[in-house]
Amino acid sequence: MLARIFHMLVKEFLQLRRDRYARIRLVVPPLIQMVMFGYAATFEVHSVATALMDRDNSQESRDLVSRFTASGRFEVIAIARDEAQLADLVDRGQATIAIQIRSGFAQQLRKGVTAPVQLIVDGTNSNTALIALGYVNRIAAAFASEYASNAVARVAPARLRVIPSVALEERPWYNPGFASRWFFVPGVIGSLMLVITVNLTAFAVVREREIGTLEQIMVSPIRPMEFILGKTLPSFLVGLSEAALITLVGILWFRVPFRGDPLVLLLGVSLFLTCTLGMGLLISTLCKTQQQAFASSFFILMPGFTLSGFSFPIASMPPAMQWLTYLNPLRYLLVVLRGTFLKGLGLCVLWPQMLAMAVIGATVLSVSVFRFRKSLD
Amino acid sequence: MNLGRVAAISRKEFLQVRRDPRSLLIALFMPIMLLGLLGYGVRLDAKHVPIYVFDRDGSQDSQALLKRFQASEYFELERVVDNYGEITAAIDAGRCKLALVVPPDFARRLRDGGGVAVQAIVDATDDNTANLAIGYATAVVSGFSQAVQLDWMRRQGLPDRSATPPLSIEFRTWYNEDLESRNFIIPGVVALVMTLVGALLSSLTIAREWERGTMEQLVSTPVTAREIMVGKLIPYFLIGLVDATLCAAVGIGWFQVPFRGTVATLFVATALFLIVVLGIGFMISVAIPNQLGASSIAILVTLLPTNLLSGFAFPIDQMPAPIRAVTYLVWGRYYVTILKAVFLKGCGLRALAEPLLALVIYAAVVGTLATRAFRKTLT
Repeated sequence: MLARIFHMLVKEFLQLRRDRYARIRLVVPPLIQMVMFGYAATFEVHSVATALMDRDNSQESRDLVSRFTASGRFEVIAIARDEAQLADLVDRGQATIAIQIRSGFAQQLRKGVTAPVQLIVDGTNSNTALIALGYVNRIAAAFASEYASNAVARVAPARLRVIPSVALEERPWYNPGFASRWFFVPGVIGSLMLVITVNLTAFAVVREREIGTLEQIMVSPIRPMEFILGKTLPSFLVGLSEAALITLVGILWFRVPFRGDPLVLLLGVSLFLTCTLGMGLLISTLCKTQQQAFASSFFILMPGFTLSGFSFPIASMPPAMQWLTYLNPLRYLLVVLRGTFLKGLGLCVLWPQMLAMAVIGATVLSVSVFRFRKSLD
Repeated sequence: MNLGRVAAISRKEFLQVRRDPRSLLIALFMPIMLLGLLGYGVRLDAKHVPIYVFDRDGSQDSQALLKRFQASEYFELERVVDNYGEITAAIDAGRCKLALVVPPDFARRLRDGGGVAVQAIVDATDDNTANLAIGYATAVVSGFSQAVQLDWMRRQGLPDRSATPPLSIEFRTWYNEDLESRNFIIPGVVALVMTLVGALLSSLTIAREWERGTMEQLVSTPVTAREIMVGKLIPYFLIGLVDATLCAAVGIGWFQVPFRGTVATLFVATALFLIVVLGIGFMISVAIPNQLGASSIAILVTLLPTNLLSGFAFPIDQMPAPIRAVTYLVWGRYYVTILKAVFLKGCGLRALAEPLLALVIYAAVVGTLATRAFRKTLT
């Protein structure tokens, strides 16, 4: 039996070696995707393009403006002359935020009346707008609090020292620089594994069926189980080496810390591979041509990708979608990837994810093996 | 070019799509699926962030602060704990995103005066959610701080200037008034669908003839290379237009995304974009006589850049400069800009002259290259 599986493996790898496109397909696209995600996928907001109009031009208004520029989060791209120009800058998408301080700002502050500041936000990109508004709020709160202290300082300087205040001290764990890259790079490993291994397995079988060599193999003494092992083992090995390759790029090139145990990650990836190989095999039982396999895998991979927490948080999805994510092996692998990379977690925390992948993998694999044997009869 | 022959090729290609249920699925069901997945599944704003609280003071003051967190719709108080260990475990297991630790002498230090810090331990693995959560938490704490100061000033008999807050920021959010993630994502989905329908389906056209062995038959007919190209691409062009209409209708009718521009602008831009992606898909198909290889390359060359480098989800202006430079080469960038402007901003043809011109140039270049790419040879 082992000898037959071995021959099957040799045949598969020979096929892979002689297929120039397949070899390129296995190395180049994953690397390109990794690099693109590593550099381009970011929800960080470093600098908000800001247009400014200060009609008051007082000490107070200049102080407020300087707080915006000094924060490093806002980049003043234009000083507008009038409201129309301010609006135009936002309209043309050159400014994300437009700040307008009307004349009388300082007077209102001194009189103790609330001094309004007008702010236009381009909400087209809701996330950038939301984060920019967060920055604005922090600056405004600091300004207000200091202004209140200064008021105290003027009337009762001795008591300034004891004015109470509460501040939030942030302790970002695991990703102190709030780097999107640290979030995305481990995730890319998971999503690439999903795409590559599902397709590889599905096409390995469908191609034989399409070319007509499946029948030749079936009349040989090889048993269905041996054939399945011979088809899935190469995908498994290729999947593992892909994972190692992309992980190395993530650690060495993108400098994402790896704080956990490589063996835990290896276990997670292996369990995940049983799921994807099962999915690939299942697709192969449903399709007669490679084109069909391509379309089917597309319809499985697209939701798998979106409903995994890869880039969009699961907690913010509607409940029905959140339930669907529990069926998605990628959901669990992403927790394992981010857990081992950033949090340095071990099995004592990650066992539920491992268990879930094992259950899904066992189910999908047995269903697909059952269907596959039937499809041969 | 003989129109009759073009029509015949078109008809053949169209029949092929119609009889291949899976191509049909890509053409008709995929747009709906993408809209559903991304329309419902993509929410980048964070509400009800699960928090843990470790109140080491247990005073009225600390309770007053925690009440403010409970009252905020952005936070969901999961549990009150009495040691750091539980916080670590909860953050590790992903049960809480943010943990508040109130220091033991919180109330006393507030009474004595001076600043007190409340710790917010944040799971920053997901940097975006963490950033938003810290923003909300800062707002809650600074509101509390202001109330404490006001109270203190009253008791000290100081003129309570801050009875009215000194500053108010009057926000006006334009284009996407409620900052809905959906309004930002769905216009871009149209570009993804056009890319998939255009490049993916057309990348299979020539490869399919090679693989099925019908290329010899096609070559032996009097039809010219250019007629084959035009004829093969017309069905996909029409499918693309139908899909664009479908996406816009579902986006506007079902997801309530505003549509403020004109239908004409949408169609002009879509037609131009389709020419570009169809041309590229066709060239890939000519270059790679293998359906699987062709479709993988098509995804890599068209879908990936449109997904990542077009501003569809990730803001271009926040990317590093070299990547930002690369985005100018991505045709999807111009189309996504136009889509977002047409849906949300209501810009007309004139305001969008720049991205439209870029698409025109792309369409002309790609169209020319595509017509030269295919020759009627069997080698």
